[in-house]
Amino acid sequence: MDIHINNLRIFAHTGGKPFDPNKPIFVLIHGAGTDHTFWGLQTRYFSHHGYSVLAIDLPGHGRSEGVPIDSIEETALWLWKVLDQVSYRNVILAGHSMGSLIALEAASKRPDDTDALILVGVAERVAVHSDLLAAAKKNDSTAFDMITDWGFGQKSHLGGHQSPGLWMLGGGRALLAECSAGVLDSDLSACHSYIGAIEASKKISCPTLLLLGDKDRMTPPKMSVPLKENLRISETKVLSDVGHMIMIEKPNETIDVMDEFLRRALS
Amino acid sequence: MVEAKFLKFDTLSLHAGQQPDKITGARAVPLYQTTSYVFPDVDHAASLFNLERAGHIYSRISNPTVSVFEERMAALENGVGAIATSSGQAALSLAVMTLMDSGGHIVASRNIYGGSHNLFMHTLPRFGISTTLVDPRNPDEFKKAIRPETRLLFSETIGNPGLEILDIPTVSDIASQAGLPLMVDATFSTPYLLKPFDYGANIVMHSATKWIGGHGVAIGGVLIDGGNFNWEGSNNFPNMTEPYEGYHGLDFTEEFGPAAFIMRARAEGLRDFGACMSPQNAFYLIQGLETLPMRMSRHVKNASLVAKFLNEADEVSWVRYPGLENHPDFKLAKKLLPKGAGSIVTFGIRPGSDGARKTGAKFIEALRLFSHLANVGDAKSLVIHPASTTHQQMDEQGLLEAGVKEEMVRLSVGLEDPVDLLSDLRQALRSSQK
Ligand SMILES: Cc1ncc(COP(=O)(O)O)c(C=O)c1O
Repeated sequence: MDIHINNLRIFAHTGGKPFDPNKPIFVLIHGAGTDHTFWGLQTRYFSHHGYSVLAIDLPGHGRSEGVPIDSIEETALWLWKVLDQVSYRNVILAGHSMGSLIALEAASKRPDDTDALILVGVAERVAVHSDLLAAAKKNDSTAFDMITDWGFGQKSHLGGHQSPGLWMLGGGRALLAECSAGVLDSDLSACHSYIGAIEASKKISCPTLLLLGDKDRMTPPKMSVPLKENLRISETKVLSDVGHMIMIEKPNETIDVMDEFLRRALS
Repeated sequence: MVEAKFLKFDTLSLHAGQQPDKITGARAVPLYQTTSYVFPDVDHAASLFNLERAGHIYSRISNPTVSVFEERMAALENGVGAIATSSGQAALSLAVMTLMDSGGHIVASRNIYGGSHNLFMHTLPRFGISTTLVDPRNPDEFKKAIRPETRLLFSETIGNPGLEILDIPTVSDIASQAGLPLMVDATFSTPYLLKPFDYGANIVMHSATKWIGGHGVAIGGVLIDGGNFNWEGSNNFPNMTEPYEGYHGLDFTEEFGPAAFIMRARAEGLRDFGACMSPQNAFYLIQGLETLPMRMSRHVKNASLVAKFLNEADEVSWVRYPGLENHPDFKLAKKLLPKGAGSIVTFGIRPGSDGARKTGAKFIEALRLFSHLANVGDAKSLVIHPASTTHQQMDEQGLLEAGVKEEMVRLSVGLEDPVDLLSDLRQALRSSQK
């Protein structure tokens, strides 16, 4: 579905069902250099299991127009503008990697409007390696390689994907390579310069799930501990043999964990 | 500067697509000889059918053994995903049926496998799909043959049997400028010698029957998606970018991004045309893939020894091997196929007193190690006379255009000791002149 904001077309994938403002609204936010397709199976599953899902393409990503916003705080404000356009109901926010910081920041800005929060591959600080920042700044394709290498867990480098016939390293690399010039640079800079995660955690009142991969080299599980210590109601689920690309590496388990958490959180 | 580290080709050919079996610990890829898979509950079943969860439903659509083969091929080619098919021809038909509708047009190399030529020139026209054949050595011909209704550019990486090398970088530029995908049949090169996606091709197919298996025990094919074609930008492919009634209005690009083509081919083409690979054949082909790097390096070594030998033999009037300096594509082969130019060598025997055909027949019948049969890419050395077999449906003009000469003999050089191969060729050449 298209949402128009500041005269720009913003795309949100609804997972094969039309958006229904009367169902719980479940917002999925992708990470750096990717788009709504990273949440493909989760989008379809939850839209067919009682939720109105909006897997949003951030500005300049996927099918959305505009230029990427190079600040997590600004993106969080932008997100509420988009959501206010479609409904005044409370929402469930989920984000992956950069998207998890956006979800966290957005929930902290309007805690009363957020019913549940899911942070996938999250850390107190997402410091980006200087070589990766430099490659992204130059729009050098080695940046796509580095993210693909570090993003996927060692085991996933061998494949064995749950979706028959798909080679996830190739798929991840191909999606990153679709980024327009400057997009990855903007995203990674936004992650790197964001230092508000702990302050944001303190303001959040809804149940929060931290969904992590035990072999994540980008946001290792221990780096989420300070968030947990500051969140009021939170639980942590660590999937085994998984890197940073959690919902791609273990799509079915991701669905199961999120589904079970939401059942409890919203009851 | 840190560098991304990925598993190397030889490692991937042994491991990609497989995690050791969790329950039994089986190290080899188990043969899942089953048609179907028990659903844990009704909701799970519905989720699988509706593409909300990942998993297997029915072995026409996917099977765990076949999936390992598919994923391994996608990994070796640097693609996003693959579909294994019942044969190489099924891989080509699946690609055409996924991309094209009646009224569509293909620009294809003229120098291709006889079966592919038949599909393009005789079978697809019955379904309203036409093809213009062009000279693969002249990329400009691809460009000139493109029409508003063209939807695909097609060629072999190394032509069968003429061994023309496709200038993939140039032809892929022509394709992308026209908003069209370039598909290559990479059977003769295999991903060990050449990775077409690295040079801009968008779809790769193989007859896995050949070098991928290497043992000559299983017919199979595979279609691989490079994930590097902009379906939306091209505006030519509603099958990829508009809601599909056959799947509750699914829009494949919206849903799967770079994997749109391969997902559509599975969800529609495998489902409806049904030319899937059997688990048993996937199991055999996986055994083959494990040794692909070692076999290919020996194949090209033996082939270049055979080519050099023939080049110097008195009974031979001409030899064609892209690794020989006298081959018109020698330079291009050096660039695109630095590890070697494949293991097919063709040559013309100097006709004896009873004519070219008879001399050729005498040669073939005198061979002891080379088997006379209709296949290539076996670990064992093979020989055939294309004009009277694989390309026999073509008339004289067609043969000429496809680069198949009357006196041409095609060798598929195997992995035997080269001393034995050369001595077999030497004695058969002598016999041919008697
Ligand atoms: C280059 C090439 N492509 C495709 C095919 C067809 O493959 P299959 O026999 O597996 O259907 C062949 C078979 O000889 C071939 O040589």
